[in-house]
Amino acid sequence: MTSVLYDVPGPKARRISLIGSVIGVILIGGLLALALVTLAQQGIFEARRWAIFGQADVWSLIFNGMGATLSAAAIAAVIAFPLGLLLCLMRISDVAWIRVPTRIVLEFFRGMPVVLMMLFVLLVFATSPFIAVVAGLVLYNAAIFAEIIRAGIQSLPKGQREAGLAIGLTSFQSRLSVELPQAIRRMLPSLVAQLVVLLKDTSLGYIVAYGELLRAVQVMADFLGPQFLFPVFFVAAALYIAINLAVSRLAIWIERHGSKKAAGGVAKAPTAGVTTVIK
Amino acid sequence: MDVIIESLPQYWDGFLRTLFLAVVSGIIALVVGTLLAAARVSPVAALRGFSMAYVEVVRNTPLTIAFFFAAIVLPRLGVTFQQFEIAAIIALSAYTAAFIAEAVRSGVNSVPVGQAEAARSIGMTFGQVLSLIILPQALRTVIPPMINILIALVKNSSVAGAFFVLELFGYGKQLANDHGDAVMWVLAGVAFFYLLITVPLGYIAHQVERKVAIAR
Repeated sequence: MTSVLYDVPGPKARRISLIGSVIGVILIGGLLALALVTLAQQGIFEARRWAIFGQADVWSLIFNGMGATLSAAAIAAVIAFPLGLLLCLMRISDVAWIRVPTRIVLEFFRGMPVVLMMLFVLLVFATSPFIAVVAGLVLYNAAIFAEIIRAGIQSLPKGQREAGLAIGLTSFQSRLSVELPQAIRRMLPSLVAQLVVLLKDTSLGYIVAYGELLRAVQVMADFLGPQFLFPVFFVAAALYIAINLAVSRLAIWIERHGSKKAAGGVAKAPTAGVTTVIK
Repeated sequence: MDVIIESLPQYWDGFLRTLFLAVVSGIIALVVGTLLAAARVSPVAALRGFSMAYVEVVRNTPLTIAFFFAAIVLPRLGVTFQQFEIAAIIALSAYTAAFIAEAVRSGVNSVPVGQAEAARSIGMTFGQVLSLIILPQALRTVIPPMINILIALVKNSSVAGAFFVLELFGYGKQLANDHGDAVMWVLAGVAFFYLLITVPLGYIAHQVERKVAIAR
């Protein structure tokens, strides 16, 4: 493997790089060790603190929190995607009185913190925290989905729409049956990446008192005692990050497998940087 | 409506604090993120590995978890912050740096191979290739996505408001508690001040995008 950014390293450069790597690993290892020692001094690694994970109740609380997180994310995604599609079609409509208001609405929701929308729904409409979380996520992510799909449609070659119109499709039919399918396929990696953002944002539910994973952690810490806060938090955070990593990997996998048959037939130019030259 | 005018001083204070958090964390994140991106394409394997691992883990960590850790878990371990703003800035800039690094890396990828090859063929070292040839071109193409990341940073700073920092969202929560009868107006006021930052930034990103698209 070589990169176009630097020459193939010779023996000397390789040695320097190796020494640099070793020093780097030692530095990072040292920092980690320091953190671990500090934690150990607090008594974090005492077996009794971790023994709580032998109890079924602790796991059931964690999985309840996890389930609350995932169900909010799933419901929000299922509602937000069609809504985003609709908003996208309205945003690129030929009719000005549909296009312009939609644009303003999209700008508004995109420029707003999700947690503020959640709090707004919670307090103004006096709903349950679950509805507030889902509503906040739907409003924000529908706007983002709309923008992503719009970017996909705009990246298509002009000929796609022209061909659609030329065979007698109406403007709307061309959007629906020619452009949208290609745009969605092309933007699939971005759409899945946005799903990760959505999943991460469910953790904001903690702030509006929704019983998701972090809230479950706090409830357990209050119930079991503060000395158990770190172990419970550690396990919950690891779970959260593991799920997000899995979805991100899925996005990368889709990108890799989808790009082979990318719609619209645009050839990719070779680029510098980490793209390695395969011999 | 009266509530907004009545509590204008709080709004203004919160607005300034939001702006402060965003600007300071933004600058730190830009610097750290660019360094991380440089490490990601460097010849030293450990730097590449570290940068990759950092970006991968941080991008998949919800910000709320980071703040929860800093605000609620750390004090239990005996680490307390004199001013919680400092913890907020650390969390926000560490989080945003990962996204900046990804943006810069994709920018590096967008520079044609010939540029790097030409630079190397006239005898430039890796550091020179990167700092004189690749990064200046890469940064130009990544300005729009970077502005979008900064917009996200402004919005993300609201999470700090939920954890003891009195910025816009923090004041919003407080005012909503004090004025239970006018919650809608209170929060609409908060929204207005957020849009005051994010909409102009979005407009700039759009304009820059147009210019750069023509240039390349």
